[in-house]
This record gives sequence, C-alpha cells and structure tokens, in this order.
Amino acid sequence: MGKKKLPQPNTSSTADIAFLLLIFFLLTTTMDTDTGITRRLPPPVDEDVEQKVEERNTLVVLVSYDNRIMCEGREIELWELKDIAKEFIENPNNSAKLPKKVPVTIDFFGEVEVTKPHVISLQNDRATKYWRYMDVQNELIAAYNELRDELSLRTFGKTYAELDEPHQKAVAAYYPQKISEAEPKTY
Amino acid sequence: MSKFKKSKNDGVPELNMSSLSDIVFMFLFFFMSVTTMKEVDLKVVVDVPHATELTKLEKKSLVTYIYIGQPNQHNRARMGSETRIQLNDRFAEVDEIQDYIAQEKGSMKEEDQPFMTVSLKIDKETQMGIVNDVKQALRKAYALKINYSSKRRDNSELTR
Repeated sequence: MGKKKLPQPNTSSTADIAFLLLIFFLLTTTMDTDTGITRRLPPPVDEDVEQKVEERNTLVVLVSYDNRIMCEGREIELWELKDIAKEFIENPNNSAKLPKKVPVTIDFFGEVEVTKPHVISLQNDRATKYWRYMDVQNELIAAYNELRDELSLRTFGKTYAELDEPHQKAVAAYYPQKISEAEPKTY
Repeated sequence: MSKFKKSKNDGVPELNMSSLSDIVFMFLFFFMSVTTMKEVDLKVVVDVPHATELTKLEKKSLVTYIYIGQPNQHNRARMGSETRIQLNDRFAEVDEIQDYIAQEKGSMKEEDQPFMTVSLKIDKETQMGIVNDVKQALRKAYALKINYSSKRRDNSELTR
C-alpha cells in the first residue's frame, strides 16, 4: 500500500493576510509615547504633624491666584527662578543664608559636603492655573537636572543621562530632589 | 572541465516570493507591539501644558489615567462647563478616586502594584484647587507615583 502524499497547502495567500493585518495595525497605531513630569507624592501623614525646618534651609516659591511668582518675599519672573533655585540647592560659597551643608558619604565621591537638609516649598492658591504651576515645577526640576548634569560632566565627563545606574544614584544623592508641595492656602 | 557551468536557461529567473510573507510578518509584529489602542472615549477637553524636563512613561500596563478638564461639546449640555474629572468612561467626583485606584490596583499583578503610576492628564487652564484635591486623594490611596502629562517644548519658547 503506497502512502498517500498530503497535498502542499497553497501558501501564496499568507502574504495577503499578513498585509491586511499590517495595514490594520498601521492605521490604529499611535506612535506618540506618553511623556510628562514624574513626581513622587509624600505618603499620607496626620494633618497636625508639622515638620520643623530651619529657615535657611527652605526656599518658598509662591504662585498667586493671578499666576504671579513670589520667591523669598519678592516677585520674580519665571526665567529667574531656575538660577535662584540652583544657587539655593548648591550653596556654592557656603553662605550662612543658604542651606546648611552636611558631610555625607557617597559612592564614587567619598565624603562630601552637600546641602542635604534643603527643601523647596512650592505653594499655590486654589485659583492658580495649572499651566503656571507646571511652568514652575518644570523650572525647579530643570534646576536639579542642570546641577546633576554639571556635576556628572565635571567628575565623569558624561552627562547624567549617559551614566550607568550606580553612578546616577551617586549623583542623585549629591543633589537630592526635595520639592515639597504643601496644601493649598487661600490668601 | 570548467567548474562554472553556464545554465541553459538564460531568461530572467523567477523571484522566490516565499520570504515575502516573513518580512511582512516581521513588520506586523513590530506594529502589533508598538500599537496602543485608544483606551477610553474622552468626555473632557484636555490640552496638556508644555514642559522641557520630561520623562517617558514606559510599561503601559502599569499606568492608570485620570483626565481633568471641561466637558466637551457632546456633554456640555448635560454636565455644564464646570471642570470635571473623568475616570475610565464616566464622569466622577473627587471622593470616587480612592475606590477607582484601589480597583485598578487590584486588577494588577501583585508584584507590579508598587510600580503603579498614575498619569494625570490635566487641561492647562484648570485651576489648582481641583488638582490639589485629586493629589490628596491619590496620597490617601497610596498611589504616590504620579506623572503630570505634558508635551515637549523647545527651551527657547520659555522667554515669552
């Protein structure tokens, strides 16, 4: 008894089917990846517990109901904010008015003095517009990112984004991001 | 004696088409993997603000969305023009957010839950009052990783 040979299926239409699916996915694809400013909220705490922070260690940034920015008791423009924040975070001349520097041991750096206890307090009114708030957030994060980039370039010869993870962690520990978003107040 | 025999058939050879489908399948899988189907019908108008210091949101499965803005044309007659919150396919109030987050968290794998990110798609003309209420609700729900959705902007645009 001879074996019956199975007929070879005709595969010429697989390409057509695949094309059809391909066109469907081409049309439904939205390439844009979601981007945004990532932040971490503080965990919930009891309302009446208020952390005491020394005055020299805080930078208060106020955004008023009519979208004006107040910083350290005077009105400023948005473009000024980044430099103010950078100077505050870094405290380059060890000024007594800017945040206190404390010795910290960080990998790759050894023992260094950083302004660890600093806090940037971002306050806003309930009527502040969201875009203004985001402008301010953006500038503050830009200040941190620039400082980290400068430090990375100075010590490792690469930008912060190009470093590998342990180095990134070390640089991030040098300039820890501390933006506190307090509850809104009505003035 | 020659090693290279001249073939008798001098015509143009037929192209072998069998690898075509492989190539097309490759494209297909590429698009399948990058495709994100639109998750919800937007009922509010959301025009997100622009920013420079952006991070990309990876792993779509870990992301939960909250939309805040004014109701769009279709829903304006019913809902008015007051700023509203949209969760999934419906309008919601601030106090529903905690339940919503808990529900979304529950539908995730347990090992993924700590990495849950909430993407806030908020219209730029929104007042901060409602945003703050949402933030407080998220804190209470222990959804601490948030992402203020925003579009890229060139640095030069800042000096308006």
